[in-house]
Amino acid sequence: MTVPRKQVHLGAHFPGVNSTTVWTEPDSGSQIDFASFEHLARSAEDARLDFFFLAEGLRLREHKGEIFDLDVVGRPDTLPVLAALAAVTDRLGLVGTINTTFNEPWEVARQFATLDVLSGGRAAWNLVTSPDAFTGANFRRGGFLPYEQRYERAAELVAVARALWDSWDDDAVLGDREGGAFLRDVEHVGPHFQVRGTFPTPRGPQGHPVLFQAGDSGQGRDFAAATADVVFSMHSTFEDGRAFYRDVKDRLPALGRREDSLKILPATSVVLGDTAEDAAERARVIRRQQVSGPGAIAFLEQVWGVDLTAYDPDGPLPDVEPDVGNADITRGRVRHVKDPRPVVAAWRARAEAERLSIRDLVIAVTSRGGFVGTPTHVADEIDRYVQQDASDGFILVPHLTPHGLDDVLATVVPLLQERGSFRAEYAGPTLRDHLGLDRPAEGRAATAHLDQQPVG
Amino acid sequence: MTVSPRSTHLGLDLSDAGPHPEAWRTSGSEPHRLFDPERLRELVDTAQRATLDFVLFDDAFALHTSRNTTLRGRLDAALVSARLAPRSAGIGLVATVDTTHTEPFHVAKALQTIDHVSHGRAAWQVAWSTSPQVTAAFGRKQVQDEADAVAEADEAVDVVRKLWDSWEDDAEIRDVATGRFVDRDKIHRIDHEGVRFVVRGSSITPRSPQGQPPVVVRATSSPARAFAAHQADVVRIAVTDRADAAVQRAEIRAAAAAVGRDPDEIRVLADVLVVLGGTAAAARERLALLDALAGDARRPDGYAHVGTAAELAATVEDWTVTGAVDGFVLRPAALHTDVDGIADEVVPLLRAAGAFRDTYPGTTLRDTLGLARPASRYASAIA
Ligand SMILES: Cc1cc2nc3c(=O)[nH]c(=O)nc-3n(C[C@H](O)[C@H](O)[C@H](O)COP(=O)(O)O)c2cc1C
Repeated sequence: MTVPRKQVHLGAHFPGVNSTTVWTEPDSGSQIDFASFEHLARSAEDARLDFFFLAEGLRLREHKGEIFDLDVVGRPDTLPVLAALAAVTDRLGLVGTINTTFNEPWEVARQFATLDVLSGGRAAWNLVTSPDAFTGANFRRGGFLPYEQRYERAAELVAVARALWDSWDDDAVLGDREGGAFLRDVEHVGPHFQVRGTFPTPRGPQGHPVLFQAGDSGQGRDFAAATADVVFSMHSTFEDGRAFYRDVKDRLPALGRREDSLKILPATSVVLGDTAEDAAERARVIRRQQVSGPGAIAFLEQVWGVDLTAYDPDGPLPDVEPDVGNADITRGRVRHVKDPRPVVAAWRARAEAERLSIRDLVIAVTSRGGFVGTPTHVADEIDRYVQQDASDGFILVPHLTPHGLDDVLATVVPLLQERGSFRAEYAGPTLRDHLGLDRPAEGRAATAHLDQQPVG
Repeated sequence: MTVSPRSTHLGLDLSDAGPHPEAWRTSGSEPHRLFDPERLRELVDTAQRATLDFVLFDDAFALHTSRNTTLRGRLDAALVSARLAPRSAGIGLVATVDTTHTEPFHVAKALQTIDHVSHGRAAWQVAWSTSPQVTAAFGRKQVQDEADAVAEADEAVDVVRKLWDSWEDDAEIRDVATGRFVDRDKIHRIDHEGVRFVVRGSSITPRSPQGQPPVVVRATSSPARAFAAHQADVVRIAVTDRADAAVQRAEIRAAAAAVGRDPDEIRVLADVLVVLGGTAAAARERLALLDALAGDARRPDGYAHVGTAAELAATVEDWTVTGAVDGFVLRPAALHTDVDGIADEVVPLLRAAGAFRDTYPGTTLRDTLGLARPASRYASAIA
């Protein structure tokens, strides 16, 4: 008897606001029209993928004090898009990234309960925690949260949301004209929230929507281990992936959780070709589309902190020194480099040694890997990562809207199905079913249960 | 586009099982399907077959505090609208969204997105809250009185409308030669610094098909009437009779003109509770049954039509032709009974009389309502 294979989980990421989305191709479609979202979602469901995924950003990025105009700018609002997709798909999970700093528990719990009801149990919430004041300037309370408190607020927000979802019993909606089940009032008093009342929205088919987490610090990993069903990670190379996987899964036993109750899904991209050489050549072309000349200069400006538009992207690296005090040149994007001087020195050395232009260097240093090769090679690799615990699957990030995953879904997914690593049919109707996650028992929140009330 | 002066505008309230608190308990109500989106889709199909201007969903953050009903539970109205958008065409989708406890930034992009998804059929019914229950649910404010909550709603609409204008229509240029995806001179920070909100902007969402989805306001109090005259594209009025409706419409139009608006760009619709029956007596019996089920629960206030489809069609035509109103928001007492009656009996009579359209005049709700599409304020400031 063969040992059942560990199952691969796959999500489809709608390409969005970042430098990896290629918009200059004739077949790159609208980032806004619903038809684009519908195409990706329907094709993902036809291939039996676990879910469709939307990222979020709540302020337009700015560079040198102006809106950054070189990448895709603008996106629709996350939850209404997912609600609309619920109408044109039947099984596909619908994952929305919603920030925990700029939302209130009563409202966001209600929105996710609604999405779960409207989709028949397919809702998931990707919890992100960025608390920056630049984004906060769009909200009435402004940038009110110190960075250190981002996960404290997130944890309390989730605790309140769970209490609200649990305040309705599973069978509270009886459709019984005479009788009624029960719903409970919730009362929560904490450092970030004081919430009291009767939640107006029924419990969704999943009990709780599936919770994703995206955030990479130690605090983020602790929060994921304590809270999440899925981690959306950026550790997509084999060794890095394995290290991250162990690090997060090792946090689970102390919390009384089984390893398979938390799935780790890195973002990755796939470039296919008829031969390895074809695929490598396509990948090279795509990288150059992703990093335009002006885009390469803007990328360097983020590190240098000074205007570099006078430099030729096809020429050598700028000979000026970075401005150490100008870390805010780009806003609305996580800045990874604190002191630019060692970075600049290393890049100069590399460009010199490998004879790289500005654009070549940016292509080299922003390369995130991903899978490049024939469909068979890519299927082998995805399966290897999963069987050897470098991940539990992947969130596939295409570089084109909306057809960017068509080839992967048509060729790689069937190969994974053939080897028994990926489902040929959905096992159940809900996203929890697809991910093999338990459904939370009703009424598990340790919140005060006051005043039992009959419901319709 | 010219619309016959005899043509009326008709919206349909699809909240809950109907505005009567006991509607869900009468036969045929399918109460187990109250939260089933396919039930709503069937109702919207019916409304669309009747080419009604729009369907409308109420919402509040608390359970029906304003109405004494035994039915509990409600879904987020904006997401319900979004869920219905891809499976409908022609008909407007009006979602009620609060301003007292929400962020205008979130509200703006949600409505813009429904407008994108529906290709121009979204509208926003503005709600505000003075309820202690909702205040406690959010736990970050003091209870506000109506004047205060309405003043805040007025400023919130201001912020939202600015955000809707923050992208000019042609901001996305995809200029391959220069590598620019957008023309950033056509995307504007709103830099709103008002009494209650400081919001930088821009919206993250590009301008939607209608530019500005219509704003619907229930003019049910004196602060609300002033707010409606200032901000609303569609005003819902609660009336006692035709004369009352005519007076209210004239007052709203005058108040709008006084704040510099064109009154012809406002539609004033009267709310009417609809209880249909084959005969007037049968309709009265239906209402009596509902009221009896209600025990001490109150039936909804305001003007009610309790009678035949022909009588309702005559009333609609009469009030429209005499200019008392621009149309009605029909509130079927029990959705599962009265929606079919409206679509299959009332509307055909109105069409036959030349008092209602038999097709949609365009693709957007603004087209249907005969309202112009506004230009972005920032575009005109530069031109
Ligand atoms: C893979 C990944 C994807 C992310 N996607 C988003 C996103 O779509 N929107 C967002 O606001 N933040 C996003 N973030 C950033 C998170 O908000 C993150 O929580 C933030 O960086 C602060 O947490 P940390 O210090 O633990 O990383 C993402 C982070 C990761 C690792």
